[in-house]
Amino acid sequence: MIDFSLSPAVKKNRDLIHAVADGTMRPISREYDEREHEKPTEWLNMMWEASKDMVSFGEGKQKKGADRKAEMVERHPSERTIRSAVLIEELSWGDVGLYLSIPHPALGGAAVAAAGTPEQKERFLSRFRDGEPKWGAMAITEPGCGSDSAALTTTAVQDGDQWVINGTKIFCTSGLMAAEKSEGFVVVWATLDKSAGRAGIKAFVVDHHTPGMTVAKVEDKMGIRASDTAMLVFEDCRIPLDNILGQAEVKQSTTGFKGVMATFDATRPLVAASAIGVARAAVDYVRETIEAAGITIRYTTPPTKLTTLERDFMEMEANLQAARLLTWRAAWMLDQGIQNNLEASMAKAKAGSMVTQVTQKAVELLGPLGYSRKTLLEKWMRDAKISDIYEGTQQINLLIIARRILGYSSQELN
Amino acid sequence: MLGFQPDDEQQLIRDTVAEFAREQIRPLAHDADETGLSPPSVVRQAWDLGLVQSTIPEAYGGVGAESSAVTGSLICEELAWGDLALALHILSPQLVTYPVIMLGTPEQKAQILSCYAGPHFTAGTAAVMEPRFDFDLNALTTTAEQHNGEFVLNGTKCFVPLAADATHLLVYARGDNGITAFLLPQDTPGLSIGEREKNMGLKAVATYELSLDNCRVPASSQLQGDIQPVLNRSRVALSAMAVGVARAAYEYAREYAKERRAFGTAIAQKQAIAFMLAEMATEIDAARLLVWEAAWKIDTGADATREACLAKNYAATMVLTVTDNAVQTLGGHGYIRDHPVELWLRNGRGFATFEGLAII
Ligand SMILES: Cc1cc2nc3c(=O)[nH]c(=O)nc-3n(C[C@H](O)[C@H](O)[C@H](O)COP(=O)(O)OP(=O)(O)OC[C@H]3O[C@@H](n4cnc5c(N)ncnc54)[C@H](O)[C@@H]3O)c2cc1C
Ligand SMILES: Cc1cc2nc3c(=O)[nH]c(=O)nc-3n(C[C@H](O)[C@H](O)[C@H](O)COP(=O)(O)OP(=O)(O)OC[C@H]3O[C@@H](n4cnc5c(N)ncnc54)[C@H](O)[C@@H]3O)c2cc1C
Repeated sequence: MIDFSLSPAVKKNRDLIHAVADGTMRPISREYDEREHEKPTEWLNMMWEASKDMVSFGEGKQKKGADRKAEMVERHPSERTIRSAVLIEELSWGDVGLYLSIPHPALGGAAVAAAGTPEQKERFLSRFRDGEPKWGAMAITEPGCGSDSAALTTTAVQDGDQWVINGTKIFCTSGLMAAEKSEGFVVVWATLDKSAGRAGIKAFVVDHHTPGMTVAKVEDKMGIRASDTAMLVFEDCRIPLDNILGQAEVKQSTTGFKGVMATFDATRPLVAASAIGVARAAVDYVRETIEAAGITIRYTTPPTKLTTLERDFMEMEANLQAARLLTWRAAWMLDQGIQNNLEASMAKAKAGSMVTQVTQKAVELLGPLGYSRKTLLEKWMRDAKISDIYEGTQQINLLIIARRILGYSSQELN
Repeated sequence: MLGFQPDDEQQLIRDTVAEFAREQIRPLAHDADETGLSPPSVVRQAWDLGLVQSTIPEAYGGVGAESSAVTGSLICEELAWGDLALALHILSPQLVTYPVIMLGTPEQKAQILSCYAGPHFTAGTAAVMEPRFDFDLNALTTTAEQHNGEFVLNGTKCFVPLAADATHLLVYARGDNGITAFLLPQDTPGLSIGEREKNMGLKAVATYELSLDNCRVPASSQLQGDIQPVLNRSRVALSAMAVGVARAAYEYAREYAKERRAFGTAIAQKQAIAFMLAEMATEIDAARLLVWEAAWKIDTGADATREACLAKNYAATMVLTVTDNAVQTLGGHGYIRDHPVELWLRNGRGFATFEGLAII
């Protein structure tokens, strides 16, 4: 079927989260943009309590209210990613920085869920069911490599029944909260054998407060300031042998690396959904402002006869919707069990460039109102740009798309 | 509930039309453009597919299939992938049949629909556009004035496909309450069909300028009711065709780029080309989804004006960028008419201008 309607269950969830975004995020949005490095503790606690039942947490939360969940899963066997995409759009409409700071297993959790053994899932994810708020994080990026993650230099060496990790990771989202401010964990990518290239790269779970792991810096950023972005230094950091995700042998094949990369097929549509939320915030705000000024958009008028404002606004709306549909398609494919590597990157590439353009255009259209910090629009523009950078930059996603459509390997096109 | 896959029946129709476009239309597209002639064999074979007759109610000799805009957009994309001009030719009777099915009185249906349900292609057409730089559907300069129980039409129209052969022409004009349309037989006094037009693209399909000079038509020839849904179906049809043209150009450029070598590699291995192709692929999919969404909304019976307009503007911009990039990918060879990409660019350029040339 070709159908663009969300199920009643997803719509109901969406409306609930929208109320949360509007009622609890927007009012503190500006405050935690300006008070960078401070956390809205009360709000985080509230989200920790409330979100357990509302937001899809991956495997980690499946046992929470197991019966209820099982029932929901049965009724909607294949809506998980779509539901997440829709809810993340709402939360990011509220405030994307706050959304990113919600206590959650996040990308680290996604890696454990995707590549971990049942025992590892239980050991690392069950803690997100109760107790104090906790964070998960994923540390891939290093000072010397970002996009080219296969070039990372952090090492893991076996020493008896432990792995010893050495290296420096940067730009780790929620790294501070996961490593030092909660009983969370960080999934660290390191190489067992540099000469083996991709095949030598493995993911390791480093528990909170593990000696040898320190937060060396928390970055000052252009936007998403409510979310901490940390530099983590690993100096002879020792972790148990069974904290490796997947096989320890370095095989000739790169299936292990590909396995971890495959988590991006699941997370890219969600990052795209987040970008869509920010863009929608800007589009909504522009619409309200121009409607209040008595301007109605003449949809049926040819573009050449529209005012620039109308034309720009219609382009923003169409671009937003185009990105949303690409995102929903990628999410839907995942829910259907259809390989979505190409479509996930299309969604991410489109959403990343769309939100950048849409928010910048919105600032332009609203003139002094757009540029002023009295309203949130300028913040959304600052928040937006990250969507085109993390989880694969625009260029990296174009590379993935290009390889797919051309049938090229990463050696043939890089 | 959300879904992105055509159902089985739609897929069957899509595959059938795709095969027809690949086997019958595409091989003749170049010569049709060069000679300015629609090959009668293609028109005949397309008629035998039953695309036009299928949605005409059984009472008037058709099949009475449901006229889904989603299915229609699948058909339009595939036909236009084959060739835009021939697609417009093949589907031109729908310019009359659809509006009549949607808005016609029982008398109008009885009088008109059976003409297009026979064993042979019968041309029908619509006169929507006007030869002005500031042409605007909302401000047509062709007027319809009511006078003693009849209407008097005055104005000039252009881009009227197959006007010289059409059994009926649906003429759009500005009436007292905005845009309205009249069904005119070919031989209506005051209606004169001008020379065949010469355009940058769409060369294979004959289009005409026509003038209406105190052309008197009975009130019974007017289509009743809200015309917006008709226009929305036309917007979706054209948008879907833009997607088809863009996809044709993208696929050709992609295959060329993998073959063509420069500086020691295939040009597709250069990011400047690879990224262009990646963006083309993404934008085609984006536009298709917008078209499908607008079509889906039409099928739900809701007002889809906003969605249809946004989809049309998006697709019109997209097809131009994509076909232009396809020419660029071929370099100098893209400029030579041995390759079809320049034809797709010439045809693609029109979408920002076209109104009412196709309907689903
Ligand atoms: C706020 C924030 C949060 C982040 N969170 C995390 C996190 O939680 N975990 C984590 O591991 N990382 C995280 N990152 C890091 C992020 O994923 C990287 O910044 C990103 O992957 C780009 O890497 P880089 O910054 O080293 O840029 P580089 O890789 O140095 O890229 C610089 C430029 O070159 C382009 N480029 C690179 N390679 C190619 C190529 N082959 N072809 C064409 N162009 C190319 C890039 O697109 C970019 O425009 C975060 C970053 C920020 C800013
Ligand atoms: C009407 C016309 C008149 C002409 N007149 C003359 C003339 O008088 N004398 C003459 O000698 N030639 C002439 N030419 C040829 C013209 O200069 C070439 O077509 C042009 O240099 C491009 O070469 P190409 O067509 O082989 O394209 P290619 O070199 O095959 O290029 C194909 C595509 O790949 C791109 N590409 C190629 N290499 C790279 C790279 N390293 N990185 C990124 N992208 C790349 C190109 O930009 C292009 O988009 C003419 C061509 C035309 C169409």
